[in-house]
Amino acid sequence: MSMTAGLSLQTVSYAFGAKQALRDVSFAVEPGTFCALLGPNGAGKSTLFGLLTRLFTTGQGSITVAGHDLARQPRAALARIGVVFQQPTLDLDLTVRRNLLYFAALHGLAGREAETRSMAALDRLGMAERAGELARNLNGGHRRRMEIARALIHRPAVLLLDEPTVGLDAAARFAITDHVHGLAASGLSVLWATHLTDEVRPADQLVILHRGRVLANGTAADISAGKPLSDVFLAKTGTPA
Amino acid sequence: MTAALIALRAILHREALRFVTQRGRFIAALVRPLVWLFIFAAGFRAALGLSITPPYQTYITYEVYIVPGLCGMILLFNGMQSSLSLVYDREMGSMRLLLTSPLPRWWLLTARLIASTTVSLLQCAAFLGVAALWGITLPWQGYLAAIPALFVAGLMLGALGLMLSSFIKQLENFAGVMNFVIFPMFFLSSALYPLWKMAEASPRLRDLCAANPFTQAVELIRFALYGQMNLPALGWTLLALALFGGVALWGYDPARGMVQRKG
Repeated sequence: MSMTAGLSLQTVSYAFGAKQALRDVSFAVEPGTFCALLGPNGAGKSTLFGLLTRLFTTGQGSITVAGHDLARQPRAALARIGVVFQQPTLDLDLTVRRNLLYFAALHGLAGREAETRSMAALDRLGMAERAGELARNLNGGHRRRMEIARALIHRPAVLLLDEPTVGLDAAARFAITDHVHGLAASGLSVLWATHLTDEVRPADQLVILHRGRVLANGTAADISAGKPLSDVFLAKTGTPA
Repeated sequence: MTAALIALRAILHREALRFVTQRGRFIAALVRPLVWLFIFAAGFRAALGLSITPPYQTYITYEVYIVPGLCGMILLFNGMQSSLSLVYDREMGSMRLLLTSPLPRWWLLTARLIASTTVSLLQCAAFLGVAALWGITLPWQGYLAAIPALFVAGLMLGALGLMLSSFIKQLENFAGVMNFVIFPMFFLSSALYPLWKMAEASPRLRDLCAANPFTQAVELIRFALYGQMNLPALGWTLLALALFGGVALWGYDPARGMVQRKG
């Protein structure tokens, strides 16, 4: 088994009753890598995220996070994961700062340390001056940025984002994609699920998931081989991206 | 402070902040028992004659009789609402966030239960305050003794809600829960009429009422409000808490995958 300091999946399978959602999914995301998990709706991306965040577990295959097996050392593994879910998970009636402090506490951080880390995370996403605003008053792009900042407070090794740009306008989408590429460059292992090919850059790692199987795993440039990625994706999956 | 206590404090704090900011929810929760107290009880006062049974030492009016049951009603509604909102609406996201914490899942769910019960307690306090202004006062020891009794009863009813939230997929909205859980539990209990009165109508119904954990919770609260301990009621309430809590934890076990199937 590869013991990457990032994220590693080995022959992970999962079925909802008779419906096989994932089949023998294996890939690894090294530290400092932005990995786009590209797949049409229903490919199994959300199921994979459910397994990676231990909302539910599978007996088939293994997942390691920063060297910790998610099945055998779930708490050590979860402590190294930052997650941005597809659905917003904010308390709209609370301030940005209060939202972050709540999350920090769920990771055992309190007092000055939680304050410092929250502010540092907001600063990193260019959100420091909005700390006192109610989450309700933020626009969609800023709410997302806040959720990304929140996911960084406990200094995870792996950052998981499930279709984080859904519902955002082009400018906000670009800004957030850019920010997260920056986070990968600073050493995080980033897994970014999407069905939008324009969010993938040539140097990114690309995993194409279709009907629960990995169809391709390599750099985006190698997989697209000079053609537009959307055409390659269509040819491989029969589904437009 | 350990990570577990830091998380508990934060979950309590969040629930308290939500309680303060969602004033509508608070007022709605307060109005419901007050309607029963001021209108229903007033109308029924003449219809129902109550004899003197423990913990009461003198003749009491019907309003006085139903106060503990209405405290129980606050706990019952809140317990269902806070647990089921986890599944049905926006709260699903916050539940996911909660479950990605590296703390043990049983602790996270317990902390959530303690927090929602604490909010219910504040609502009971407000209700008892209004009742006192209306002239329904209790011995001071009763107010103190009621705190732990309400807490245990609230935990038990919250655990019931949590258990339902992990299993029932068909109850698509709160109306379903009202019809199939809250109304039967409330009416088949000693909240509105004493069990001996029920026995006059039907001994079988009386037995059903006695087996209802909500009856036990209400009797626990009733005796506590007069500074007395009802040990059997406490025992049954704790047993129900252990049972509902245990099944809820089993339901939220990640290996069972219930969370995903509804998400």
